[in-house]
Amino acid sequence: MSDELKDIVLNYVTKEYLEDDSEPLTYETPLISGGIVDSFSMVSLKRFLENKYGIAIPDDEATPEAFDSVNKIVSLVQRFVAKKG
Amino acid sequence: MSNIGSYDERVKNFSWSIAEKELGYKPGDVINIGWYCTDRICEQGKGSKVALHWEGHTGVEKTYTYNDIRLATNTIGAFLRGLGLKDGERVCLFMDRIPELYLGFLGILKIGAIAQPLFSAFGDESLFVRLSNAETSAVITQKKHAPKVRKILEKLPHVRHIILVDHDGVAPLKDREVAFSLEKAAPVEHLDIHPTKAESPSVLHYTSGTTGMPKGVQHVHYSLISQFLTAKWALDLREDDIYWCTADPGWVTGTSYGIIAPFAIGVTQCVLDAGFSAEAWYKWIEKRRVTMWYSAPTAIRSLMKAGDEIVKKFDLSTLRHLASVGEPLNSEAVIWSEKVFGLPFYDTYWQTETGSIVIGNYPGMEVRPGSMGKPFPGITGTVLDPVKNEPLPTYGKIGLVALKFDWPSRMRTYWNNEEAFQKKFRNGWYITGDRSKIDKDGYFWFAGRDDDIINTAGHLVSPFEVESALLEHPAVAESAVVSKPDPINLEVVKAFVTLKPGFTASKDLDLEIMNFIRKKLSPLAMPQEIEFVPSLPKTRSGKIMRRILHAKEWGEEIGDTSTLEND
Repeated sequence: MSDELKDIVLNYVTKEYLEDDSEPLTYETPLISGGIVDSFSMVSLKRFLENKYGIAIPDDEATPEAFDSVNKIVSLVQRFVAKKG
Repeated sequence: MSNIGSYDERVKNFSWSIAEKELGYKPGDVINIGWYCTDRICEQGKGSKVALHWEGHTGVEKTYTYNDIRLATNTIGAFLRGLGLKDGERVCLFMDRIPELYLGFLGILKIGAIAQPLFSAFGDESLFVRLSNAETSAVITQKKHAPKVRKILEKLPHVRHIILVDHDGVAPLKDREVAFSLEKAAPVEHLDIHPTKAESPSVLHYTSGTTGMPKGVQHVHYSLISQFLTAKWALDLREDDIYWCTADPGWVTGTSYGIIAPFAIGVTQCVLDAGFSAEAWYKWIEKRRVTMWYSAPTAIRSLMKAGDEIVKKFDLSTLRHLASVGEPLNSEAVIWSEKVFGLPFYDTYWQTETGSIVIGNYPGMEVRPGSMGKPFPGITGTVLDPVKNEPLPTYGKIGLVALKFDWPSRMRTYWNNEEAFQKKFRNGWYITGDRSKIDKDGYFWFAGRDDDIINTAGHLVSPFEVESALLEHPAVAESAVVSKPDPINLEVVKAFVTLKPGFTASKDLDLEIMNFIRKKLSPLAMPQEIEFVPSLPKTRSGKIMRRILHAKEWGEEIGDTSTLEND
């Protein structure tokens, strides 16, 4: 699931938050500290993940650090998917 | 000893001529902000002093001395003149917080053109409305933001030039585009500075209106007088400070106190062009040995959320003064900062329209946590009875925050909208749109907005603008936009939406509408919650009653519903 999940998140962030001419994203590109996704836009990214994977990420877990790269987001999502069973 | 010394003494003996004398300005002289911020400092023999430490999100660093910024602003000014741009024309800055934004701003002012900074996260609709209203002649931008400009260019006949500051030379330039590289351009040693006078237009910042489209707040070069003195007295800014203003110059704090005041004083400024993270911010303060830090309540609350332990990992002992602006600073944040930094955040109050701090807490004056403070010396402030439009005779009663409109950095008009400007006055007072009370010692205490404008993370969002954009989504029949409380951002945008026949409420539609607004307007304007409802509360004449929805969100009394339809 990990690789598929990584690509889903990467493609979504690319489609929704990057301008056409931007440098391509990698799994490690800093999203929040790199200014690609701001704290307001993070809300819609969180909503996407919750809708897509049927999870609820509490606000205190949805930190800028936890959303700062595709890899970090994937770890977070996997944790909540596992919790869901 | 602070710069202001005794607040009471300053009030008694105040004159704006104090700032004029310090700046060597006499009424009737040429006054050009671009010159004051660069050439003047060099003429004082401080050309080799560091003016700007900049770091981008990839870790790239750049440092500019005052002589460097003098040359860079000359070079940009000469380039703009070479394109045929003249004094009075509007030149938009649509960029991230890269050096060209700061230097471009001053370069524009040096040639007498009007700088129009716009927040780089604006979507194409927000951008179009503002460029169209200002009849902007040129846009300075980066290749990453250029697609948003290209998308609306056909509808903008006044835009003659799109200046790309980071064109790679590979992709072909498109319609009206021209490349400019500050690093590759030959430095211009001498530029004829346009002889702007006190009332010459300088900056055009757009602000949200409650019922109409955004309004262009027009400032003049004489604003420097207020910005210079308030930075010295309210922010206690000194020439030997290492100063960090966290605001983006897309908004007024980022120009008044992120460019004009600090450079005019001659301090070393630090700019970190990266998204928020507590660790990155503390690291930046430690690395740059920041002494004066001007930030915003939303950022401070986010730092509080990150906890006290992380603060201990960094040496922040260089900090000597902290201040805050944008929205009311809650008392918990003031108390927290005293605990973790050993210093309180001094709250300051002002608006795009005021151009500089008008009410504040000052060094040497008792800070009352949660209070806005007292009017800056030379500023007459009061709270008005909203019916009689006269100052409330007793303390502790909530009224409209109003000011005598007579300080140097006050706006001169709304661009092409003198009617809206005149509506800001009642009985000789400028009405800020905020409500507060005054205690028996003269401290102001914020009580909320007097209109529907949403203050989210210190930025004003117009419900009208969001509602108009929502109606452009194919599924939306009607909408009403209000604020809802938020522990970090004070308020966030919430939309109530009715759907057109054939559409069904769903989580996916909810997300689709959120993203639609984010891209069209800005992330700030994106509703953080959308509630699909079968109908909206309306008056019998069909007007949507936002007031009822707002009261519901805030747990307030709904009040008079006699005009409610079907009630």
